[in-house]
Parts: sequence; structure tokens; C-alpha cells
Amino acid sequence: MDGLDDIVEEFLVESHENLDQLDTDLVALEQEPDSRERLSSIFRTIHTIKGTSGFLAFGRLEEVTHVGENMLSRLRDGVLALTPERTSVLLRMVDTVRSLLASIETTGGEGGVDVSAVVAEISAAMEDRPAAPTPAPAPPAAPAPVPAVEPTPVAEAAVETPVEAPVEAVAGAVAGAVAGADVQDEHADDAHEAPDAHEDHDDHAEAGAPAGAARSDGQGGQQARRGVADSTIRVDVDLLDSLMLLVGELVLTRNQIVQYVGRSTDTDLVRASQRLNLIASELQEGVMKTRMQPIDHIWSKLPRVVRDLGLQCGKTVRLEMEGKDTELDKTLLEAVKDPLTHLVRNSVDHGIESPDRRRAAGKPAEGVLTLRAKHESGQVVVEVADDGAGIDPARIGAKAVERGLVTADQLSRMGPQDVLQMIFLPGFSTAAAVTNVSGRGVGMDVVKTNIESIGGTIEVESEPGRGTVCRLRIPLTLAIVPALTVECAGDRYAIPQISLQELVSLDAEKAANAVEEVGGAPVYRLRGELLPLVRLTDVLGLTSDRHDGHVVIAVLRSEGRRFGLVVDRVINTEEIVVKAVGGQLKAIGLYSGATVLGDGAVALILDVQALARRALRTETAERQEAREAAARTVAAETERQRMLLAAIGEGRRVAIPLDTVTRLEQVRAESVERVGNREVVQYRGAILPIVRLDRHLGAYGTSDREVLEVIVYSDHGRSVAIVVEEILDIVDGGAAVRSDIDDMGLLGSAVLGDKVTELLDVRAAILAADPAFYATPVPSPAPSLLEV
Amino acid sequence: MTTATDTPTRATSGQLATFRLDGDLYGVEVEHVQEVLRSQGLTRVPLAPPAVAGLINLRGQVVTAIELRERLGRPPRPAGTDAVVIVVRLHGEAVSLLVDSIADVVDVDAADFEAPPDTLDGQARELIRGAYKLDGSLLLALDVQKAVGS
Repeated sequence: MDGLDDIVEEFLVESHENLDQLDTDLVALEQEPDSRERLSSIFRTIHTIKGTSGFLAFGRLEEVTHVGENMLSRLRDGVLALTPERTSVLLRMVDTVRSLLASIETTGGEGGVDVSAVVAEISAAMEDRPAAPTPAPAPPAAPAPVPAVEPTPVAEAAVETPVEAPVEAVAGAVAGAVAGADVQDEHADDAHEAPDAHEDHDDHAEAGAPAGAARSDGQGGQQARRGVADSTIRVDVDLLDSLMLLVGELVLTRNQIVQYVGRSTDTDLVRASQRLNLIASELQEGVMKTRMQPIDHIWSKLPRVVRDLGLQCGKTVRLEMEGKDTELDKTLLEAVKDPLTHLVRNSVDHGIESPDRRRAAGKPAEGVLTLRAKHESGQVVVEVADDGAGIDPARIGAKAVERGLVTADQLSRMGPQDVLQMIFLPGFSTAAAVTNVSGRGVGMDVVKTNIESIGGTIEVESEPGRGTVCRLRIPLTLAIVPALTVECAGDRYAIPQISLQELVSLDAEKAANAVEEVGGAPVYRLRGELLPLVRLTDVLGLTSDRHDGHVVIAVLRSEGRRFGLVVDRVINTEEIVVKAVGGQLKAIGLYSGATVLGDGAVALILDVQALARRALRTETAERQEAREAAARTVAAETERQRMLLAAIGEGRRVAIPLDTVTRLEQVRAESVERVGNREVVQYRGAILPIVRLDRHLGAYGTSDREVLEVIVYSDHGRSVAIVVEEILDIVDGGAAVRSDIDDMGLLGSAVLGDKVTELLDVRAAILAADPAFYATPVPSPAPSLLEV
Repeated sequence: MTTATDTPTRATSGQLATFRLDGDLYGVEVEHVQEVLRSQGLTRVPLAPPAVAGLINLRGQVVTAIELRERLGRPPRPAGTDAVVIVVRLHGEAVSLLVDSIADVVDVDAADFEAPPDTLDGQARELIRGAYKLDGSLLLALDVQKAVGS
């Protein structure tokens, strides 16, 4: 069976089921020969098998079913009456089909099963001639074909190949075959355990066809294998849904028991609860698996979409898929299908340029659209990436202003990443022309709404000229969600992990310094970046009961923006089961549902997206402006600054303000190239000028290293690399003792981490690497320098 | 007997589950009542309408609890007294009502029914279908649908 394709396997599973139904139908049909409904159902079954077998090139199977179908269609249309003889012939046809299927299953081909006899019989029965003299008590086994009385060849009928093969029927079959295969392996290892089951199976098979014989010549030793049809069953999705619900309840009860027992000292009880804990988790996983399907189910339709659309737009597009096997919940898969198709269409239509333009831009004429799927920390990440023209933030911005979605003033304050996210605003479309494919201004907002409705998120990244990536983050399953439980004003709330980036806990002393009020709005400097803070108590109109000055910040991500939610306490991470809340509570628009926690209490689930919208939108443009102006002064005035410590050789240490550090990288020394007398390195498709800090500051470190430690600083699309000998640490520059003893390229020195450390004049260092760095058309404020 | 024309009075006979609220006797149709529970741990819902007292855990299901005193415009329940929870099922969804105490199931006769008096003020008038005149007391028939509606 290893050689069988999935498609054949699914065909076998489906056909076996259909044949069992057919037996029942045929016998019942004898009782009520006029039932058109039954006749139609039988006809459809045979028709399906015929179509698929033609499609899969099983000629004999097709031949048998073809004559059978002919006869059935006449019976159905009332041209022929159903006589007991005809029923017998039909049943024999079913048997033959079974033995053919058995042969396909074991050997991969139709083997030695002879069909001419039964074909002849059917033809005879159709023409109302006396059927074969022997009513053939034995099934038409291959070794002893029933002598055909009238070998009427049905070749002329068999010529018309069924083009309308019902492929969906096969493709749509349950994809449980994979799970089945595992089971089979187990059985192969452990044949002793299940001999009874297999005897049953063989009896059953022999009753229908000489399956045993066909099997023994192929793989005699592998009796322990289960037939394809027996290793999978179809299950109603509703049943799986209700199972999932029950498992959800079980998980909740488990949580409760584990919590209660945790306080107990009864070792037996503790042990039992641990076992329960384990089993419930395994059960949950197992039930979740039954609902999982590979993403390929929805991807498989996309090559066609891309091809057709490419032709229509006059573009050549190659579709690449990575991670086809990534599985996610069936319901979610369905929900993602349309948004994903939309994104793919968008990429082909807008993203990838026409071959001429691509050639002009120095790219291959053929565009590449890449679909990637992978599991990442309990989520499925699906990316739709193209290597097209990318999205120009300036164009997006202009369009948004033109449409009245933002004011020019607001736009000027937005970062390029924020500008990009505006394509998800309702009524936004950048297509220069409305095509019949896209560009009508509906779409991206719908995509976003759809993805959010299943608890997912979407973000877009784009590099002009290089392409665009749309990234969907989708929860693995809807029913059970990993969540963080937090406390606020004495109540507990759940925050889905999917939105959570990190947690920051500040003790009173730290919090007093670290949480700054900027124009009345609290912010926290998270690694040098200002993180707007939202107090949950303020949003909910409650009063915090935490008076010790500690601040706990949950850093959340929503729509590409980050914000910090200040809560009283973080309690736990817990798997929660999402329960719908009544309409009254939904209308509040802050809760996506409720859940029952381990101790039986009800907790509301916060809707992070809604929270962000509500909390961040209230910020007026004026206030934002005031805040930013204030932030600049604060940044300039403050003495506290996070510093990156680096060694530059000769025991010298240099401190670099962390907010001027974009990334830390390692670069192979041999990849350093020269442009004139400057050193450069290729980095993310761009040429990055390098300054060696040791030389810049007159130290002479060991320059024969193979790997260079590089600090990358980017601003307004330009980057420079600062090479240091070693990255040492990140320290708080707050309490440092400073002096103004300095030297060229330095701003001064300070005692950081018990050692005197030089404070780098970042601006000078950057200018040394790239004299034009600050001469960009966009006037940029100098990176905040240390005041000494 | 006068019949009010402005309210959709359903002067039905049948059984009402009765309960007390701020000294008055109210009744809801027995068939709506799923169960009656002692006071439950409530999870408050910030920003919810005032009548929403919170959420309760009913054997794993999350059920909204409506404070009927608030709904009927009565003063809040005195401190130190626990509410009783009546779980009603409407359109397949369970909702709970917080009342002072539960009383008997009473057989009522349509003949004893009368529309709410004109003096009844606005908020409560919406929710009370009318009164059954029992011996020695009045039984106010609560319109459950409206009581749990927002």
C-alpha cells in the first residue's frame, strides 16, 4: 500500500463504503423495485466509481462499472424492469468491483481479476436474454472465470471515456488516511495482538471476493496490515464538534481538580489527579488532531487561481509552497480559505509587475509568489510573499489622505510600518485602475475582519522594489485557547496568548523612574522604544487595588502596533475554553467571550484588538504631537538611558545608547568588501558602510577575527554598521558617575558596571561610516545623544 | 373586570413559579424556569448595563445574571442578604435572574388576572404583564422575555 497515492487511497476508502451501501440498497430494491430514489443512489455510486476508475486508469474496473451503469440507467429510466436475475447480476457486479478494489489495494494494480464474464452477464441480462446457465454461486473469481455464454463485447460502449470524473468526490474524502497508516504500522509490529480482527476482516473480504488469494501472492507475510477501508472511518463533523466541546469541559474540570488537589496531602489523590491531568491532555490533543487538516487542502486550488489570473493580467507567476503539511483545525481552514485566496489574487494582480517592468527593474521576468505555512508557538503562521514591486508607503499615505482616512498632519507623524497597515482600512485601494480582479476598495479590510473573527491577526511588510509579505497568524484551534490570566481591581481577565509579546514587571522603585508621563499619557521605555501604556483599570472604569507601586505590563500586539496593558498582577497561563457571552455583553465591545477558570470562577476574555482601538484612538492628534515633542525633550534631558556596552580592544569599553541600535549582527570578516577606501558589507540586499570603532577611536584591536560583531543603526532607510570587538552587556546608564574627560569621537566617560566606559559620539561614528547619512532628503532629528 | 388594551395581556391560566422581590410577590411561567440556585459567585462585567449583575458559572456554562431589582427600578438589595438565582431558559439560551427569595409554585386562573394599574411607573410597567389577585396578596406576572432583554 505504500506505493499508493493518496488519491487512490481515498478512492478505495470511499468506494468500500459505497459498496457496502450498494449491497443494502440492491437487496432493498428487490422489495420495492420501483423506488427511483434507491435506483438513483445506486446509479450515482456506480457512476462515481466508474468516473474515478477511468480517471485513475483502472481499465477493467471502468469496464465493469460502465456496463453496470448502463443497465442501471435503463432501470432507473424505467426502460428495464428489475427482475431477481438482474438483481443477482448487479450484486455480482458489486462483488467483482470489490475484488478489483481488493487487488488494487494489495498490489496497486488490477491483478488477475477477470471481468469479461460478469460484463457478458450484465449485457445479457440487459438484453433480456437468459442469463448465464450457472447462477454462479461462487463469486466470479479470477482463477475460474464463469464461462461466458454470450461474450458480447461492450467495447463500443466503453470507448467513451468519462471526462467528467468526479474528482471532488475523491479529493473531498476524509484525510484520515495518514492517521490510519500509523495504526497499520503498529499492527504490523504487533501482529499477535489483533489476529481476531484480521480474521474477521479476511472472512469479510472473502465473502465478497477472492481478496485473500490476490493478497497472498503480493504480500503474504503482511497479513497483519489492515485494509485501507478498515483503517479509516468517516465521522460527522458535528460529532467531532460536540466531542471537542466535551473535551473542553473535561479540560476545565481537570484544571479545577488539579487546583484543588494541589492543596491536598493525600498522595494517592495527588497521583490520580496527575494521571487525570496527563490523560486529559492527551485526549485533548487526540481530539484536536481528528479535526486537523493539512493546509494543502486549501492551497491545492491556488495554482490554478494563480495561473488563470497570471494569464489574464499578462504576467508569468511561479507559485511556490512551503509547509504544505502544516495542519490546522478544519473550521479554521475553511475560514482562512477566502482571505488567503484574496491575498494571492492581490499579489498577482498588484504585487507582481508585468514581465517588461520586471526586466527593466533587473529582475527575472517570472514573478515568484511564495506561500509559507509553519507552526510557531502554538499558532499557525501563513505568509503570502511576492517578489513584486512592493508597496510604496508614500503612495499609501497619499491615497489615505486623498480618501480622507487620515489627515496630512497625522500622516506626517506615522512610521512607514503604520502607514502600510492602512491598507486594511475599509474603503482603501491603491490599484491605479479598477480591474475585474481587484482594486475596488473592498478586500483587505474584509480579509482583516475575517481573520480577526477567528482570533487571528494579519500584518503586512513591504520593501519597495523587493516585494510584499502578508503574514497571517491563526490560532491552532478555536475551542481551546492558551491564555494569560491577569488580575485587575480584584477580578481576573484572560488575554489570549496570540496577542501577547512579553511581560514586564517593575518593582516600585524601578516603576517610579521607568514609567514616564508624557503629555499626560503614560509611556514605558521598552529597550529604548516608547511603549504607550494603557491601564486596564482606566479602560474598564475601575480602581486598581494595587497600591505598592509595582507595575506589571503585558506587552500586546495589535494591528502591527504595540502597546502595554498595565494590570495589577499576572496570575497564570492557562488553557481556556472560550464561551460565548450574551448579546448585551458583546455590545460592550471589549470582551471576546468568557471562560471558566480552574477554580470555577468565570473570567472575561479581553478582546485585544478592540482594546487597542478603544484605548489608542482616544489619543487626539494634538495630544500625540504634544507627547512626541515632550518625548524628545525627555529623551534629551534624561540622564537615564539604556546603554549597550561593547569592547573595542586594548581593554577599552564603549557605551552606545541603546535606542541608536537597530540590530546586532555577526558578519564574516571575509565578506567585507571595499568601495574606494571605505569598507562595506552586503546586508539584506543593500550595501552597508562599515566603521570599525577601534580604528575610529584610535584603539587597535585584534583585526584578524573571522566573525565581526556588528551594530546596525538604521534611520530613514539608510543603515550603517559599527564594528566592535565584542558585545558585552546592556546596562542602565542612570546612576553612572560621569566625567567630561573625552577624546575625539567621544562624548565623555562614565562608570558603568564598575569600569570606566567611554560614551560614544554616535553621530560622529555614523558620519565616519557614511558622510551622507544625515543628508537624506527627509530631515531627521539627530539620534538622541547623551548629554554630559 | 377591565382589560387593558395597551399591553399585550396574556391572561393565561397555568402555573407560575413565584419569588419575592422588595416585599412584592412576582411570578414567571414555570415552563421557562430551568432551575433555582442559591447565591453564586458572580464575576462582574465592567462597563456592562447596570442591570447586568455579572456572570455565573452554571456547571461549566457561563450565564449572564440580571439583577431584577435594578431592572424593576427597586432599591438595591440590603447588604448582608444573599440573592437567589433563578435560571430561565429562553430560545435555548440560559439567563439568570437575581431575586430576594423563592416562593411556591402557584396555580393561577385567567379569571383573576388584571392589567397593571395605571399608576405603575414606566420601567416596571414594561416588564409586568399584570397581576393575579390571590387571597390576601397580588401576584405580579413578570414578562421574562422583556426582563432579560437589554
